[in-house]
Amino acid sequence: MDVTASRMTDQIFPIVAVGDSAEAHERMHVRPLDRKTIGSPFVDNPRMMCRDVDVFYGDKQAINKVSIDVGQNQVLAMIGPSGCGKSTFLRCLNRMNDTVSSCRVQGEISLDGIDIYHSSVDVVPLRARVGMVFQKPNPFPKSIYDNVAYGPRIHGLTRDKNELDEIVHTSLIKAGLWEEVKDRLREPGTGLSGGQQQRLCIARAIAVGPEVILMDEPCSALDPIATAKVEELIAELRTQFSIVIVTHAMQQASRVSQRTAYFHLGDLIEVGPTEKIFTNPGHKLTEDYITGRFG
Amino acid sequence: MIYPYIIPSILALSAGVYILGLRRAEKVATYSGGLSELHSLPTHYGVFAALCCAMPALLVLVLWMIFEEKVITSMVAGNLPADLLRQSANELTLVINEVKNVAFGGFTATSGNPAIEKAAVAYMAHLTSARNMVSILVVFCSIIPAWFAIKSIGKDLRARNLVEGAVRIVLFACAGVAILTTIGIVFSVMFEALRFFQAVPLTDFLFGLQWSPQIAMRADQAGSSGAFGAVPVLTGTFLIAMIAMLVAIPIGLLAAIYLSEYASSSLRNWAKPALEILAGIPTVVFGFFAALTVAPIIRELGTALGFTVSSESALAAGLIMGIMIIPFVSSLSEDVIHAVPQSMRDGSLALGATHFETIRHVVIPAALPGIVGSILLAVSRAVGETMIVVMAAGLSANLSFNPLATVTTVTVQIVTLLVGDQEFDSPKTLAAFALGLLLFVFTLALNFFALRVVRKYREHYE
Ligand SMILES: Nc1ncnc2c1ncn2[C@@H]1O[C@H](COP(=O)(O)OP(=O)(O)OP(=O)(O)O)[C@@H](O)[C@H]1O
Ligand SMILES: [Mg+2]
Repeated sequence: MDVTASRMTDQIFPIVAVGDSAEAHERMHVRPLDRKTIGSPFVDNPRMMCRDVDVFYGDKQAINKVSIDVGQNQVLAMIGPSGCGKSTFLRCLNRMNDTVSSCRVQGEISLDGIDIYHSSVDVVPLRARVGMVFQKPNPFPKSIYDNVAYGPRIHGLTRDKNELDEIVHTSLIKAGLWEEVKDRLREPGTGLSGGQQQRLCIARAIAVGPEVILMDEPCSALDPIATAKVEELIAELRTQFSIVIVTHAMQQASRVSQRTAYFHLGDLIEVGPTEKIFTNPGHKLTEDYITGRFG
Repeated sequence: MIYPYIIPSILALSAGVYILGLRRAEKVATYSGGLSELHSLPTHYGVFAALCCAMPALLVLVLWMIFEEKVITSMVAGNLPADLLRQSANELTLVINEVKNVAFGGFTATSGNPAIEKAAVAYMAHLTSARNMVSILVVFCSIIPAWFAIKSIGKDLRARNLVEGAVRIVLFACAGVAILTTIGIVFSVMFEALRFFQAVPLTDFLFGLQWSPQIAMRADQAGSSGAFGAVPVLTGTFLIAMIAMLVAIPIGLLAAIYLSEYASSSLRNWAKPALEILAGIPTVVFGFFAALTVAPIIRELGTALGFTVSSESALAAGLIMGIMIIPFVSSLSEDVIHAVPQSMRDGSLALGATHFETIRHVVIPAALPGIVGSILLAVSRAVGETMIVVMAAGLSANLSFNPLATVTTVTVQIVTLLVGDQEFDSPKTLAAFALGLLLFVFTLALNFFALRVVRKYREHYE
């Protein structure tokens, strides 16, 4: 983990450091025997429910009996050391893991009470309802307009050009990109800067009108100003959508999320209200991670 | 007689000089306090010395090879008896040729004329002594520069820069050879074609509707009969190429999409090479398959349906040619489709697009420049293909767009014009060069056009 980030976290949520770092380092590499998640993984009225989710890549287990809820109009932040399975778990929520042939998912994940891995469920409408923004901006090699209009077009959401223009307009406004691109909608989306591309991808995702948005480290390639814009956007989107965000920046998790989940080597160690996780973590591993003892 | 072994000798010498240069550089390094004191690595000094050894020698050798013939010939010609010398320039060449034939024991190994026998002996003697002298010169030209090079090795010699420069020159020379050959071929074709256009007006060639070069051989008709009209030949080429592309583009492209997007990797691993084997089948095999199997089937089918079908048809040739070039389209397109980053597909799938929507709206547009390239390659292949057409579509030039009729193509006509004994200045033979030039201009225009399309697309999307 980034040292400066942890220092800043310390300033926001002063924590009394416990234990010396060598000892903590040792703990890091021991898989906790007790696999029960501590804290409060469940909420009333969940949008999505995950129960005993296991994910395997071939024979290798990447996610181990994870149970958690995604609440309505809430931002859930997922943190944890690199390679602990955050992206893997996130990709289970809209079945993007189906595209990886070696990947196998067990357990139950449901959206509004319907098991999304049931054989009768069609992934195409599911992915329209559960949108995703990737870690690396991946605009299509089309114009800015066509990028945002892509989803509405393939889903036939509009009857005429005016409606489509309207959707593109509002999506770009929501993503905070409209002012910068309103005069160049016909120019290629790949010609934008990295931060603009990421906001374009966010606009593209919300143009479909998803109910849940999954974001995998959406700000990892962005400068502080673009990051602030995306965070503002997340705060605004929360009023309509449910959001799950993976992040390596502690202070970002603390700023944008209501609940935080800490993953470690494929286990979900602790879930709780963000403030509690950062001020008074219940598990040694969580505490070591957020105080920058390892990672 | 070291002349036949002169190149291996130079190479062996250079290898030795390389080692000497290396040794000397290492010695210099030890005296002046370590390898870091040297300006360049020891291998650089070795290569530098070796280059100094090989380059001048090879240069001299190449120059000699270019001028050998001329030098020896002039020496021999000077000593020929006066009655042989009195002949015109053209016949002198013939005499010299005869001398050479006798000298090298060609098919007229003995000549009745004692003067020529004598000249042949002189020719051999001149050649042997000249080659011996050149060999000695070459050896000197390698040893002396090499000696100076090794002497000059010191810690401040900028051997690395010199070697880099030499590498650059060699690379430039190779690129130059490739470009110059192309230009040379184009010009030689162009000059012959110009000679043709002196006999037959350009407009007759480009717009004439009748192609019958055999008739035009008769002196009273040459250049005036209009029998050199290239239009029927061109339409035949277009017709067959079009049929071939109608077969190859859809099948090749869809096969490429299937292989890269849907097939499991194990299936792809054997299906792709299997498809590429198609490209390895000699075209003559495709040709007799087209002529003996496909053409009769087409004729029977056509006759049963009430069409008149000639036994050699554009359709048969085009179909088989299309099958032959499928791998050109499919293999290259598969590569470019495969190269479209997975993140593009993920982005589309995550928006709720189906697999096929993703392919149609994201993957294919992203891969389009490469796909156009593969199609272009296939078109040039189709336009240049000869054997299948000769065997399956016939030789007679018909101005017809009927795929069931016999037609002919540019390449086929070039072949029929040039096979057999020909005079190389009759319009009939020169017409082949004009056709070649036409084909060249056509493919060039095609390439240019496709490049423009691709560039426009790029500007639009990237
Ligand atoms: N396609 C794959 N095939 C095999 N193993 C994979 C694959 N993708 C991820 N893994 C493995 O699964 C584990 C979890 O990976 P994941 O990408 O979910 O980590 P992460 O928490 O997102 O890490 P980071 O913070 O670095 O992005 C890692 O050990 C990784 O090596
Ligand atoms: Mg990740």
